[in-house]
Amino acid sequence: MTTLITRRLLLAIPTLFIVVSLTFLLMRLAPGNPFSNERKIPPEILAELEKQYNLNGSVSSQYFRYMGKVVRGDLSISTQYRNRTVNDILAQALPVSMLLGGLAFLLALFAGIPLGAFAAVRHNRAADRVAMLVALLGLSVPSFVLAPLLVMLFAVKWHWLPVAGWGSPDQIILPAICLAIPFAAAIARLTRGSLLDVLKLDFIRTARAKGLPEDAVLYRHALKSAILPLISYCGPALAGILTGSLVIETLFDIPGIGRFFVNSVLNRDPMMSAGVVLVFSAFLLFMNLVSDVLICLLDRRVKIE
Amino acid sequence: MTTIRVLLPTLRRSPLLAICAAFVIFVVLLAIVGAQCTGYGYAAISDASLQPPSVTHWFGTDLNGRDLLTRTLYGARMSLLVAALGTFVSLTVGVSYGMVSGYAGGRIDSLMMRVVEILYSLPSLILVIILIATLENPVTLLLRQIGLIIVPPRIVLLVVFLGLTEWLTMARIIRGQVLVLKEQAFVQASEALGQSHFRLLFRHLLPNLSGVILVYLTLTIPAIMIDEAFLSFLGLGVQPPQASWGTLIADGASSINPIRLYWWLLVFPGGLMTLTLLALNFLGDGLRDVLDPRVKK
Repeated sequence: MTTLITRRLLLAIPTLFIVVSLTFLLMRLAPGNPFSNERKIPPEILAELEKQYNLNGSVSSQYFRYMGKVVRGDLSISTQYRNRTVNDILAQALPVSMLLGGLAFLLALFAGIPLGAFAAVRHNRAADRVAMLVALLGLSVPSFVLAPLLVMLFAVKWHWLPVAGWGSPDQIILPAICLAIPFAAAIARLTRGSLLDVLKLDFIRTARAKGLPEDAVLYRHALKSAILPLISYCGPALAGILTGSLVIETLFDIPGIGRFFVNSVLNRDPMMSAGVVLVFSAFLLFMNLVSDVLICLLDRRVKIE
Repeated sequence: MTTIRVLLPTLRRSPLLAICAAFVIFVVLLAIVGAQCTGYGYAAISDASLQPPSVTHWFGTDLNGRDLLTRTLYGARMSLLVAALGTFVSLTVGVSYGMVSGYAGGRIDSLMMRVVEILYSLPSLILVIILIATLENPVTLLLRQIGLIIVPPRIVLLVVFLGLTEWLTMARIIRGQVLVLKEQAFVQASEALGQSHFRLLFRHLLPNLSGVILVYLTLTIPAIMIDEAFLSFLGLGVQPPQASWGTLIADGASSINPIRLYWWLLVFPGGLMTLTLLALNFLGDGLRDVLDPRVKK
């Protein structure tokens, strides 16, 4: 267990280093300048701006200056949102995205697991087929189709929910549902598959032979071990929720990290882009580690390395 | 060949699978010839702005008075083209990587699989966004130098990088299959005959992998299609005057306003895309049950 954790953490450092370097260097080497979007800037002012943002001199010297700061935990100043540090923007936008993503993830679990269990218990019957078709549809409909469609119906036509925005509790409902649906569908399919495997095992037969009611067999015995494969799905799922939130945050005008990221790439803001990539990648590497550790702890049969 | 011999009875037994296969073929045909048969150009502007569906414009028209049916079919061509080429890239990379890793075995194998593991844990689409945004100008220059001015650089970037994000699963599965196949007698026979590694890999192992490849091919196409539409939706993919399902859906989403609903702008391209994805995913699932040896019967 300790070797697993140390090995992963040691591997994470060079990975993050490469990803951040790649982002920064690509942003600086590509033609176009973070300040070029504005009306013509006199060259001396441009030079002053570049100096102020530590973007003067050769690209390699900029890179080393930037990386020196990153190592100390300072992600520099955003060139797009003047006078604001990337740390500051992240501190404000990250909780928004976390709340949205976390809520979507919980929704996906609470919708997906029961649907999967419902289908598994009715294996190969009509209800199972319909439930799995629904899950496949949920997996197939892209969030950028579903989200505007739901906005059209629930917000514009029937006025039940606000169209967009952030701040009040009713504004989080639609984006969270849209973000959750593909993951709920994937979780339902996984739950069904793994529950079908578990229901064939001996300890389930024992539980039934004991005379336990079917519900207790299902919820207390089978579901508990059928949940395990879901944990390893959670790492990649969080990655999907992160990228999914790019579209959802843009559509619903939510001031989360995804929207800052898309804007920073389009505006050639090297600090902001590299900062977001660093945070996203670190978060993902960490969550993958957590899910592997959890599996190790919960399932004694599994030994990772 | 054996793959096809298994495939046809499967389609005959499951009418739903056959319907999906027929639907996919139908959409592909529409994408190839459809846009020419509507009588409108995909970029032809007219005064009939934002018309609802009617006899003359089956899917209605957009803000610039362009026929939405023509644009949806043209978008289908672009989306399918990017998806098909991207899948080809991911197939080539994934299959050769997996085959080499599984066949080499030992330390090379564990090193190659470690790389896959690291790539799995990176936010790939986010890195693709950065690569597409920054590499556009260099690729434009490169294309001009080799004389391919007509090819939009964005399309090239999309095909290459989306292909490179989706090869990991393929590589893992192919490697697993090669590890199993490697132990079988026909591989030993080929080795005993003194055949080269190259011949063994491509003449003997590759045909035995065709079933698995077909399954994951069917599942990679919709994955790349969603990725492409996602990037185009954010303005980082296909650019006007070209259109793909992603840009059409983005147009539909941005037309939402409290005064009038232009539902056709969203429902037709979004609906056709969703149906195509559903059919492909359903087909992929069905094929996996029959062709993937790892699925327990």
